[in-house]
Amino acid sequence: MTLAIDLSKISKSFPGVKANDDINLKIKEGTIHAVVGENGAGKSTLMKILYGMLKQDEGTIKIFNDEVNFSSPKDAISKGIGMVHQHFMLADNLSVLESIILGMDKASLKVLNKSKYTEEINEITKKYSMPLNTLSMIDELGVGEKQRVEIIKVLFRGAKILILDEPTAVLVPQEVNELFNNLKNLKDSGVTIIFISHKLDEVLEIADEISVMRGGKHIDTVDANTVSKTDLAEMMIGQNLPTPPKREQNSIDEKSLIINNLTAEEENGRKAFSNINFSINQGEVVGIAGVEGNGQRELAEAILGVYPVESGEIILGETTINDLSTRDRREYGLSFIPEDRQSQGLLMDVSLSENVILGKQSSKKYKTKYHNIKFNEAAVNSNVVIENFDVRTPGNETLALALSGGNQQKFVVGREIENKPSLLIASQPTRGIDIGAQSLIWNKLRDARDNGLGVLLISADLDELIGLSDRIFVIYEGSFVKELDPEEASPELLGSYMTGLKT
Amino acid sequence: MKLSLKFTTLLAPVFALIVAFGLSTVMLYLIGEDPIETFKIMYDYGKTGKSIVSILNRSVPLYISAVAVAVGFKMGLFNIGVESQYLMGALLSAALGAAVALPSIVHISLIIFVAILTSALWAAIAGYLKVKKGVHEVISTIMLNYIGTGISAYLLANIFFEKVELSTTAPQTDLLPETARIPSLNGVLGIEDLPNLHGFIVGAVFVGILYYWIVWKTSLGFDLRATGSSPIAAKFSGANPGRLTILAMMISGGFAGLVGMAPLTGYFFKYTTDFPSGLGFAGITVALLGRNHPIGMAFGAILLSFLERSAQILDLYDVPKEIEKIMQAVIVLSVVVAYEVVKRYVTNKQIKEASKVVADG
Repeated sequence: MTLAIDLSKISKSFPGVKANDDINLKIKEGTIHAVVGENGAGKSTLMKILYGMLKQDEGTIKIFNDEVNFSSPKDAISKGIGMVHQHFMLADNLSVLESIILGMDKASLKVLNKSKYTEEINEITKKYSMPLNTLSMIDELGVGEKQRVEIIKVLFRGAKILILDEPTAVLVPQEVNELFNNLKNLKDSGVTIIFISHKLDEVLEIADEISVMRGGKHIDTVDANTVSKTDLAEMMIGQNLPTPPKREQNSIDEKSLIINNLTAEEENGRKAFSNINFSINQGEVVGIAGVEGNGQRELAEAILGVYPVESGEIILGETTINDLSTRDRREYGLSFIPEDRQSQGLLMDVSLSENVILGKQSSKKYKTKYHNIKFNEAAVNSNVVIENFDVRTPGNETLALALSGGNQQKFVVGREIENKPSLLIASQPTRGIDIGAQSLIWNKLRDARDNGLGVLLISADLDELIGLSDRIFVIYEGSFVKELDPEEASPELLGSYMTGLKT
Repeated sequence: MKLSLKFTTLLAPVFALIVAFGLSTVMLYLIGEDPIETFKIMYDYGKTGKSIVSILNRSVPLYISAVAVAVGFKMGLFNIGVESQYLMGALLSAALGAAVALPSIVHISLIIFVAILTSALWAAIAGYLKVKKGVHEVISTIMLNYIGTGISAYLLANIFFEKVELSTTAPQTDLLPETARIPSLNGVLGIEDLPNLHGFIVGAVFVGILYYWIVWKTSLGFDLRATGSSPIAAKFSGANPGRLTILAMMISGGFAGLVGMAPLTGYFFKYTTDFPSGLGFAGITVALLGRNHPIGMAFGAILLSFLERSAQILDLYDVPKEIEKIMQAVIVLSVVVAYEVVKRYVTNKQIKEASKVVADG
């Protein structure tokens, strides 16, 4: 069998980190080859090198036995390598056809031969059984379809080797099945697929061979048919996969939050969410499951007070907070872990010692009666957060941007919990972080709940939702369509409510 | 580690100055002048008592203008309108100050208060437009500069100045009475033989302290800096971006109102068509030079004033004094580049240390 890719002795260093350390990797033509590893294991760096986005410090790359030297993705594409990024690179206001041919031709004043391109695209979609309407606009498409556009786009450019970076991160289980069917079709037609993931179940299902990376090193390449999940997990992290802690009923019949008939409109008049009703007891975690973009983000932001509400009531403890500013809501005991720690939860170019103040800069906690900030207090408290939440940092004077994602997240979670709230909104609290940080955050959230904290948990990680929540609501197109007991919920069941298959 | 960090930050301007002098040397050499000799002439002239007084006097409004710009910068707002803000403030306070008779302290306070208020309100327009109508502050403050200049010219010529038939006197407000003038410091310092050192230099020091306190010590300042660092994180933390924008523009404008106070109460005593202009734009340069730091900007203002003053001697030695403008620009560029280099160095160093901790732990 021919080797599609043959990497030998690839090394790449960044300041302070050896991202890839002497990597040898052989990928056979016409197979699905998974690359697994925790965040920071060096998967992305390796793929960026393979796709010409980064240059290796040492080592050689052979594509179909030809030694290559890429200086940009353009070179990689010309050798038949295509990459589908985790975050789609599509413009909403283009049609499928336009998105696929975008950037193909040199800019000229010639009229585009759209019918010719349409034919060519239809040929490809038929060949690989991946139906697409070339006239649809991108913003009309679902996540799965957008991903299909990205894949077709790459195939249209003649890719023989397809790199998929965490392709299932944005999909619900049903869409994952569809993607896997597509990938099998592609494989049968001779396309080589590199599948980057850290979800072991998926990898075992789809891949022929699995390469495990850890700490920038290539640990091993194994046959997917013979390896067990436990073995993979051990190779990946050196210990068993943690699962969210088991829960015991703990809720007290004192309300932490009551939402009555809450409705909000988007700027274009569409309802962001409508007639939302639920409550959270003290000592209870209420989870919200939903495909991204179904109103859960807006709901969380409405409770925080940064998204305008049209009608309904938000009651925090015993206070109706509709008319209160975000600042006052925080003063009344609301804490918020935002979904994007870097742009929403931290000041990246500021020290941890000052970052601990964020959210409480106008509260008595950090403000004297002369409106001065208590920086000494902040320094002490930042150390408390660092200590209690195991934030790995040289000290509290370190800038937030210097920390790894997991440590940044631990700091944000720690700050919000150490503020001793009465309600915590946790939006994607463990997204994109390593397993160690994840299990610490899970434990801390459970401890806080056991101590009587009400938590609203919004997560795309369905295992996390099932493992942490006392009750789960499914949100679909801005409405709660189902309440589930996590004991009875499976990712598949949640997925079918989340996509509107079941109501 | 903290100390070495501070030390590296201090190295940046020193390094920048060396580079700037190096480049200026090359330039002087290329136009056929003796660089060493030129610098020596400039230095000798700049260090005379007369020159030092003149340099300090120039520095005062320049510094205050830089502070006004820096307040906006700290929040990510680019207030280019300091120019018209201070001119409007100076005009109205000059006109009012000349029209009333009050005890000295009250009189001076009133003039300063009117200047601050006028400039702050004028700046608030740009804040309001940004918050309510989404107009970028760069566009609105540039336009407000034109409008403000026009309004001032009209007010000066038609309202505050009585035109006498056949007279060639340029439009000007009436002279401020003695009670409205801030005395010089020469008596206090025992330098009666030198030109007047304006008393408002004390005001500039006070402005620097006030600026430092607001931006670095108060919760309002924390909101400003947080918004400058990450607008969304600041908003999620409870800062109200609309209110902050208008407030920051008003504080910036308020400081701008003080820019004209040194010339007005120190030596012009009236607003005329040749009242010092351009200080608002020069303030941007000084803010860049001093990296919005209260002490850095003081050095920046003094350095630029020194160059301007000492360049005056060059004509006598047949050295084109335009060289001074080039030196100014080269210094600013060098400083900007040097700080960027240092910033990256510090960031990388921190990332390295942080990842070491992770690896060890």
